[in-house]
Amino acid sequence: MNFTDIHTLMPEIVMAVLALAVLLSELVIRRKETVGLLAIVSVAVTAYFIPTSFGTVFNGMFISDGYSVFFKFIFFTCLILTVLISSRYLEIERSSHGEYYALLMFATLGMMLMASAGDLIVLYLGLELMALSLYVLTGFIRHEYRSNEASLKYFLLGAFSSAILLYGIMMIYAQTGTTDINTISSVLTEKKATVSLLLSVIFLLVAFSFKIALAPFHMWTPDVYEGAPTSITAFMSVGPKAAGFAVLGRVFLVGLYPLQINWIPLLIGLSILTMAVGNILAIQQRSVKRMLAYSSIAHAGYAVIGIIAGGNEGVSAMMNYLLIYMFMNIGAFSILILMRSEDFLGESLDDFKGLAKTHPLTAGLMLLFMFSLTGIPPTAGFIGKFYLFKAAVGAGYTWLAIVTVIFSAISAYFYLRVVIYMYMHEPEGEAVSLSGSPSLGLALLISALLVLFIGIYPSPFISFARIVTG
Amino acid sequence: MNYYLLIPFLPLAAFLINILLGRKLFRHQAHWPSTLAVLGSLVVSVLVLIDVLNGQTLNRDLYSWIISGKFRVSVGFLIDQLTAVMLIVVTSVSFLVHVYSIGYMHDDPGYYRFYSYLSLFTFSMLMLVMSNNFLQLYFGWEAVGLCSYLLIGFWYQKKSASDAGKKAFIVNRFGDFGFGLGVILIFLTLGTLHYSPVFETIGTLSEKTVSIFGLEMNIITIIALLLFCGAVGKSAQLPLHVWLPDAMEGPTPVSALIHAATMVTAGVFLVARANPIFSLSPTAMSVVAVVGGLTALFAATIALVQNDIKRVIAYSTVSQLGYMFLACGVGAYGAGIFHLYTHAYFKALLFLCAGSVMHAMGGELDCQKMGGLRKYMPVTYWTMLIASLSISGIPGLAGFFSKDEILFRAYAAGGVGKFVWLLGTIAALLTAFYSFRLIFLTFHGEFRGTEEQKHHLHESPKAMTIPLLLLAIGAVGAGWVGIPPLLGGGEHFAEYIAPVVGHPAGEATHAEEWMTMGLSVLVGLAGILTAWIFYLRKREIPVRLAEKFQPIYRVLWNKYYFDELYDFIIVRPSLFVARNIIMGFTDGAIIEGIVNGVPAFIGWLGSHVRKVQSGLLQHYATFMALGLFLLIAIVMIVTGV
Repeated sequence: MNFTDIHTLMPEIVMAVLALAVLLSELVIRRKETVGLLAIVSVAVTAYFIPTSFGTVFNGMFISDGYSVFFKFIFFTCLILTVLISSRYLEIERSSHGEYYALLMFATLGMMLMASAGDLIVLYLGLELMALSLYVLTGFIRHEYRSNEASLKYFLLGAFSSAILLYGIMMIYAQTGTTDINTISSVLTEKKATVSLLLSVIFLLVAFSFKIALAPFHMWTPDVYEGAPTSITAFMSVGPKAAGFAVLGRVFLVGLYPLQINWIPLLIGLSILTMAVGNILAIQQRSVKRMLAYSSIAHAGYAVIGIIAGGNEGVSAMMNYLLIYMFMNIGAFSILILMRSEDFLGESLDDFKGLAKTHPLTAGLMLLFMFSLTGIPPTAGFIGKFYLFKAAVGAGYTWLAIVTVIFSAISAYFYLRVVIYMYMHEPEGEAVSLSGSPSLGLALLISALLVLFIGIYPSPFISFARIVTG
Repeated sequence: MNYYLLIPFLPLAAFLINILLGRKLFRHQAHWPSTLAVLGSLVVSVLVLIDVLNGQTLNRDLYSWIISGKFRVSVGFLIDQLTAVMLIVVTSVSFLVHVYSIGYMHDDPGYYRFYSYLSLFTFSMLMLVMSNNFLQLYFGWEAVGLCSYLLIGFWYQKKSASDAGKKAFIVNRFGDFGFGLGVILIFLTLGTLHYSPVFETIGTLSEKTVSIFGLEMNIITIIALLLFCGAVGKSAQLPLHVWLPDAMEGPTPVSALIHAATMVTAGVFLVARANPIFSLSPTAMSVVAVVGGLTALFAATIALVQNDIKRVIAYSTVSQLGYMFLACGVGAYGAGIFHLYTHAYFKALLFLCAGSVMHAMGGELDCQKMGGLRKYMPVTYWTMLIASLSISGIPGLAGFFSKDEILFRAYAAGGVGKFVWLLGTIAALLTAFYSFRLIFLTFHGEFRGTEEQKHHLHESPKAMTIPLLLLAIGAVGAGWVGIPPLLGGGEHFAEYIAPVVGHPAGEATHAEEWMTMGLSVLVGLAGILTAWIFYLRKREIPVRLAEKFQPIYRVLWNKYYFDELYDFIIVRPSLFVARNIIMGFTDGAIIEGIVNGVPAFIGWLGSHVRKVQSGLLQHYATFMALGLFLLIAIVMIVTGV
């Protein structure tokens, strides 16, 4: 590598340096909101280096291309939105510590490495950096039992999945003699699909399935999502999941592409099982937070269809779906955070009773996000699903598209149930008092506007994803 | 012509402002954003009309919403002669209704909600008429239906109002289902939904037929009839007219705007807009003409005996819409649109006068309990008289020119046209009769209400009477742009609209034109005279007639038992199916079965899953390992190793 190539790595380097700086700044800055603001500024500075970063360095170990940049765009937005919804919430949870923001930045750095990884080892490093930060963040409310338990569970199962991933990488290396994703692809085109090769594919598939919570490797999700601080749940269900999809796409659609006929049936099976588990179990939940956890499982099942369909159409549909999912899901979680106050959990369905009467604007926003998650036009959720289905039909999986439509029809039941509780029930007991803050309001505004904007005027986003994958 | 975007988007902005902030900020001032917005739209519409008169038209996609292979959904605008007329009608009537409502709806607790809905309606209606493709038309079509539902059921605490809203919505489903199929069929056969390519290529289908139940049918006929289904529902034609009279449960300004002047005429607009499709199918044209003619006569007969003033006017609307379809059906689309345009003013005026009367009478609607209101509310009386003269076809007034044009065109078209001309002429007699029955019962004679009501009688406030006066100008003068050459006019309207809808076919001599015109004036006068004898001179005649022709009277009074018929053949069976099969079996056994059965099934499998979900880590890990081994096993078995 020449020193002149450094611009390719600049965003990651800057992010790492600034994350350390934010971590240190906590020593001198008393107001934690300021630390959050620093984190946002850091993202802006990092983003500044993105346009000049295109290129491949370290003999293909690190790739900065349209694909990775699109994902980094998702990660940055996700980080900013998470910071915006966190500050007031952490005070309510009495866990306002500055390292929170640094950890978020480290997790984002890990995700950026994952998206740009051209080599399985780099991928693993990024994944571990992200995961370790998330373990800590999950248990961030130290005085709360739920949070600690979630953290420990996540850590142990995460370690388990890391072992599986390493095992898969090792077997791939043993048979191809390389860990470079592009080289793996060219080696595999000349090889026959042996059982040992397929075994390594399965190990990689399982490890990634764990990260994006495909059934039956989703077991950790409901517990961890419920136990983690709500802001972290919002973050985890979007950023790290998108990072998981980024590596799944890169490894399977590039490296393991020659074995496509072998892994596609497995992925279809996982996708359908995931949609089934996510949607059917979500129906049962009385806690909105837990319902959203299952819903996020189901949405991963939808997004996988983009990888199954493959090609420019499929991948861009998957990327768009993740982008859209970010806004609607963080929006929904922001409402949960808005409902949370010092002595009120605000997570149960009953807490939403009659919200339209007491807080019409909040109820209206929640309605918007629920409609979008269901996929009703003119919200962004519809656009996301539409292009996924179109990619599936285009790739010859019409039946899979129909199955998905059926599952998303089922999902209307539990999303719209929230709406029914808000609009068709009378408020009970004392009126919910909202704990709003300007930054939370800003996050809600951004999410709501984008959910509507992408729903009404999707073409810039669609073309963006098409161009970077094309 | 870029400012045309303001026309729909000003009301949309007003809607957003009112619905989001109205409750807090504009409790009693909610009329400001909405009224100013629609005034702005009106001004821009006038500018657009001037541009169109100067020969500028425009057909442009604003942007594409979804592009998927051949399937392109765009938001686009078509501004031509037809659109410009509709824009003027919609924005002018809407503006006057906005102003009128300031007086009529004040003190209502849902004031801001009312104005939000009005703005949303105006936006939707404008999107409907300005669309350049069928899908956006369909969007506007459904959106105005939604607004209609919201506004009919505006006083939702009243059961009859919310029922009427539901009825309107459900009845429209029947028509819209056909409309939707028509739009899909257009896309399937022509591969596009934009008007201009559809209208250019529709001719290539003229040889294509499909077999439906063994009947060979031309595909254009099928498309036209499916589109007409939507028009029948929206414009309340036979047999889907039943929702419109009930829709009178909504506030009266709404009846004037939505259920007289604008939304219900969307069906006529659709037929006129899609005239290249309809014109290629003689069968569909005949259906349109006959349905229109029959509805015109049928609704007029019901209006003869009703006592609820708003219902009389509602049936009158159904009847007048029938005239418009009749005109379209004989190929005289221009005449249909001309009548749409004049009708908007005199019918909105009739409704607003009725609202003014209700305002004075404390909500009373039964014209048998009124009488002699002339001296208490002179403005209302005179304006309503003008509207009634106009609808009765008295020469010189707006209604005369448009109705005469329709009847003459129908006669000239020959064939089925002669038949519908006869229906229309009889309906004209009845129209004059029931309109003046209403005038005489309400404003003349002795007051027949309670003493308390009499005490409260007063003319309405200025916010209400000024719109009445302005609409009266329209009811008088709107027709002057279409004076036939026979009376020394230039038939400007027909020439103006011809680039979109063409010239009507059929020839007739001057003598025949004089004959149809003379006859329609004659029956109009006869109707008024009869009403005068019946209700002012010899009041015992109608009572005796009703007794003598008891069966006929009862059929008319009960509106030909349509509601009862539908109740018997549709409502009851549907409810039966809903209660017993859907709720009992599908919902109870299947859906509840799945919803409750799946967890029960999982529970039955063993408490393992539940235990796992309750948080035991080793189970989670076991499941992961099991999943891994399962995948391996599958691959092993499939690859046969």
